[in-house]
Amino acid sequence: MNTETTDVSKAGVVEPGGGELALRVTRRPRPGRWVAVALATLFTVWLAYTVIINPNLHWDVIAEYQFDGVILNGLWVTVQLTLISMVVGIVIGVVIAVMQLSESPVLRIIASAYTWFFRGTPLLVQLIFWFNLALLFPVISIGIPFDGPKLIEWQTNMVITGFVAALLGLSINEGAYMAEIVRAGIQSVDPGQREAGESIGMSNRKILTRIILPQAMRVIIPPFGNQFISMLKTTSLVSVIAGADLMTVSQHLYLANFEVIALLMVASIWYLVLTTVASVAQHFIERRYNPGTTPVRRRVLANLRPGHTTKGAAA
Amino acid sequence: MTDLVLRARGVRKKFGDIEVLRGIDLEVRPGEVLCVIGPSGSGKSTLLRCFNHLERIDAGRIWVNGELIGYEQHGASEGTLRERRPRDVRRQRERIGMVFQRFHLFPHRTAVQNVMEGPVTVKGLKWAHAQRQASELLDRVGLADRADHYPAQLSGGQQQRVAIARALAMEPTLMLFDEPTSALDPELVGEVLGVMRDLARSGMTMIVVTHEMGFAREVADRVIFMDEGAVVEAGRPDELFTQPRHERTQAFLSTVL
Ligand SMILES: Nc1ncnc2c1ncn2[C@@H]1O[C@H](COP(=O)(O)OP(=O)(O)OP(=O)(O)O)[C@@H](O)[C@H]1O
Ligand SMILES: [Mg+2]
Repeated sequence: MNTETTDVSKAGVVEPGGGELALRVTRRPRPGRWVAVALATLFTVWLAYTVIINPNLHWDVIAEYQFDGVILNGLWVTVQLTLISMVVGIVIGVVIAVMQLSESPVLRIIASAYTWFFRGTPLLVQLIFWFNLALLFPVISIGIPFDGPKLIEWQTNMVITGFVAALLGLSINEGAYMAEIVRAGIQSVDPGQREAGESIGMSNRKILTRIILPQAMRVIIPPFGNQFISMLKTTSLVSVIAGADLMTVSQHLYLANFEVIALLMVASIWYLVLTTVASVAQHFIERRYNPGTTPVRRRVLANLRPGHTTKGAAA
Repeated sequence: MTDLVLRARGVRKKFGDIEVLRGIDLEVRPGEVLCVIGPSGSGKSTLLRCFNHLERIDAGRIWVNGELIGYEQHGASEGTLRERRPRDVRRQRERIGMVFQRFHLFPHRTAVQNVMEGPVTVKGLKWAHAQRQASELLDRVGLADRADHYPAQLSGGQQQRVAIARALAMEPTLMLFDEPTSALDPELVGEVLGVMRDLARSGMTMIVVTHEMGFAREVADRVIFMDEGAVVEAGRPDELFTQPRHERTQAFLSTVL
């Protein structure tokens, strides 16, 4: 098929001769669009200009704090919160998704209840709840459930620091969203793949990890990337529970020096850097997992392999 | 009984209220090639899938190599069976190869990796050993030079031959084929049937659901005709194709021959 299309286009190239002039095509002018472009550009430049030259926006303060140690510590906490809660979130998501697709109605109901609850209540509420867990359970212990003997006990307030509460809230909430994403991914894989695995005696776990999930990645990765980028910014919510992240430290700084706008700019610049890096990474990972956009070089090599385009001859 | 590869007694299967298998009895001897023919919806695929417990059955018994498939005796009463532990079901499936109409190769693995998957992850074979064995099998189905191709880079006929090699890699004692050539362009059917013919000659016990009457006539030791969930007629291919005794068999054959 490929060779046919090349032949046709070659035929077109060979012929251009005298027809070239007669067949020339020009674009129709679109004055309306030019006006729109001019207005939009003017407006954007004017907006940027007024902001940049605004004397109340203290560029010197921004410059001073952009690489400040306190800010960088907050930045590092934000990165940690994002990475850890995404990893825990995807583990929870896979478990919940598998439960949702199980044959047992009890497991399905428990999994649905999980997503129902954690997607149905505000993350802000969940964060404050985890931070105040001691009000509900003053001690945490490991042992026999339902009032049985306990092996170890901790004071909840000692365990649940702002960072731990932030991780709990973000991961558990993320798990609920990832569960839906993973489930859609698993369901996108042809059921015949599972049967093929079963027919050679593979276990459910091997089928999931070696056959289903690798193929589900194509569907999982784009929304996962969006969740990741969203999480980079969502971490700022933990400022309400003293999470020590980028937003928290920025707030602490401006509450002391009243440079509110400047410090919000500092934080925003870092958030933009993080989301930009993540977007670029997402772009490359998606391209790797999407067969429709495999690099041309590889497609060409595949087509050049002997026997590939000459299916009939192989018989 | 023990010298039968497969024995089925009174196998019944319902999907909801519809009974798609209504008491199937069948015996397959070692080295025998049994072809199953019949109209669409007659339950051929379902029966095949019961043989390696991809479907649960509602009544009856299936033995492969003398072992009850998918179920075990439960309690004192003869009549009650309970489903086996998943581990036992898997062990039984290992020795029953299955080839699907739409191949179901693992698209993220090359041909040789597809063939190695079972030996490595199920049997725990050493990688190098499994690879050597897989290469031999690919050679046997005429695809030695395609070992490193992904399924998407292979023609349908080549994919189905890889699928046959993948099933053979588990060293099955029984091979089940569910319309292995129905999804193929006509010019690719021959290469797959050729591999199956060689397999039959090598003494493999095979149950083949097929619409390829030429193949059934040439290779099968016995042909059964199924309709509406029951075996209507069984016999040697030369008899069944030339002098079908049953009216429904005659009607079916007149539409496909
Ligand atoms: N998973 C299922 N759920 C409900 N009904 C099913 C299911 N699988 C098969 N059936 C029904 O059972 C009947 C037998 O199906 P089966 O696939 O075994 O027929 P077949 O003889 O293989 O037909 P074909 O030649 O079209 O492959 C059909 O009526 C089909 O609709
Ligand atoms: Mg069928």
